[in-house]
Amino acid sequence: MLPYRKSTIEKVIIMSKRILGAAVSLALMATNAIAGGHCAADKTLTAGKFTIATGNPAYYPWVLDDAPESGQGFEAAVAYAVAKEMGFAEQDVVWVRSSFDEAIQPGVKNFDVNMQQYSITAERDQVVDFSLPYYTAPMAVLVGASATDTKPTIAALKSLKWGAVGSTTAVQKIASIIQPTNDPLLYGDNADVNAAISANQIDGAMFDLPTALFLSAVMIEGSKVIGQFPAASSDNADQFGMLMEEGNPLKSCVDEALTSMINSGSLASIEAKWLQDTTGVPLIK
Amino acid sequence: MPVLEAAGMTRRERYEQKQRLKSLLIAAASTVCVIAALVILVPMAPGWEKVQKSFFDGTVLAKTFPKLLDAFTVNVMIFAWSAPAIAILGLLIALARDAKSPALFPLRIFGAAFTDVFRGVPVILTVYLIGFGIPGLGLPRPWNSPFIWGSLALVLTYSAYVAEIFRAGIDSVHPSQRSAALSLGLSERQVMRDVILPQAVRNVVPSQMNMLIALQKDVSLLSFIGPVEIFRQAGVFKSLFANFTPYVGAAIIFLIVTIPATRYADYLMARQMRERR
Repeated sequence: MLPYRKSTIEKVIIMSKRILGAAVSLALMATNAIAGGHCAADKTLTAGKFTIATGNPAYYPWVLDDAPESGQGFEAAVAYAVAKEMGFAEQDVVWVRSSFDEAIQPGVKNFDVNMQQYSITAERDQVVDFSLPYYTAPMAVLVGASATDTKPTIAALKSLKWGAVGSTTAVQKIASIIQPTNDPLLYGDNADVNAAISANQIDGAMFDLPTALFLSAVMIEGSKVIGQFPAASSDNADQFGMLMEEGNPLKSCVDEALTSMINSGSLASIEAKWLQDTTGVPLIK
Repeated sequence: MPVLEAAGMTRRERYEQKQRLKSLLIAAASTVCVIAALVILVPMAPGWEKVQKSFFDGTVLAKTFPKLLDAFTVNVMIFAWSAPAIAILGLLIALARDAKSPALFPLRIFGAAFTDVFRGVPVILTVYLIGFGIPGLGLPRPWNSPFIWGSLALVLTYSAYVAEIFRAGIDSVHPSQRSAALSLGLSERQVMRDVILPQAVRNVVPSQMNMLIALQKDVSLLSFIGPVEIFRQAGVFKSLFANFTPYVGAAIIFLIVTIPATRYADYLMARQMRERR
């Protein structure tokens, strides 16, 4: 009896150990499936975390209230959606701040991807890597109170006194498309362009459409977005991509995530949620 | 030995010549070592290739350099009209601070307040405040141009420094000169104009040269309020190419101008030291 009972107890113990072991290993496997099995595993700056850089400050409507952690605003929402697609939980997304210069300086980066309306250009692509575009921004013309009756035609725009942010692709667009009669004035950021329009030192400035609409509605009194360049024409379109260090192996994972978001329509619905309908702004001829 | 004696060299001179040759050789050897170390060691750093591509890209430099030179003419223009205005205003402020008559006391207060304020505020702040602030009051074009108000900001800031240097120059003229001139029957005004100022200005020329060099670089601060001078143009290229080489190009252009100017200021300073000895 005794030996038999003993052996039963042993069996039970062994069995329960096995079950426990299986459960533990199953649980381990489950976590491994996210951390180890996914494309992004071991490719990020900090294992298990996805570090995203944004501007300092980050502007509306890309990030609301300069708080990307909230996921509010177009780029913040896209960032969390991409992270989720790549298998990162919400709390595994880490935000850092960076300037344009920090993003392109040689050496180690402090971010996995950098999202602040970087236009993808062939020249920049030689130095850094870009993800697939997550937004195609039409360029738009914002004019101050004294020039709101300017017609949205290239001919009428030529005679304006132009301004732009010096680090944006708007500078090249003004030079190549509008070819103004006066040399444009260039500034360091949106706030300075705003000050120059308010001081009537420039008539108009070129921004991507969402930024122009925001500045006109909230920042610069009496200003108006008088027209946009058709986004479809390929030489005018400004495509925003996530910036990565040249040769970053994460690129394929980010692209994969974006592709599946584009196919499922979730990227379009994020855009519809955070960026206002821009069809009301007339096209520039 | 007899040959050398014939050349007229004493033993001491021979010794000194040997010493000179020795130190020359040591200087040459050490310079070669340092340069060799830089040329060999720096490229061995692991990130050198990336740094070289970002800061010293020949094709980017070739593409952007002509346009940078073009933009530099804007700097030269702003410098050309600001410098004389600074010299005149600086001298006037210095004279205001030096006014001796009790009736002119408000002028002295004004001079002191002016130098205190404009020396104490960072140039870039003055440029922003005056460059955006005054045109914001509603001036019509072209009177709201950032060129005008930006230049004024530079003129105000630099006059404050220049005035202090002039004042130091005026103080450096010995009081006996003034007493002697007054005793000859010259008026206060004549004493200042014909006796003190000619010496004072001459004494501070080297220091003022340094202010000119500093001004030449600070003209670039006007880029913050719109004018596309060399620094802004380099920034535009930097963003376009995602490469810092255009900044290096701008630095080269600055150096081409400032190195000769700095050497000239050093020369003037050395000459003045010799004359005073």
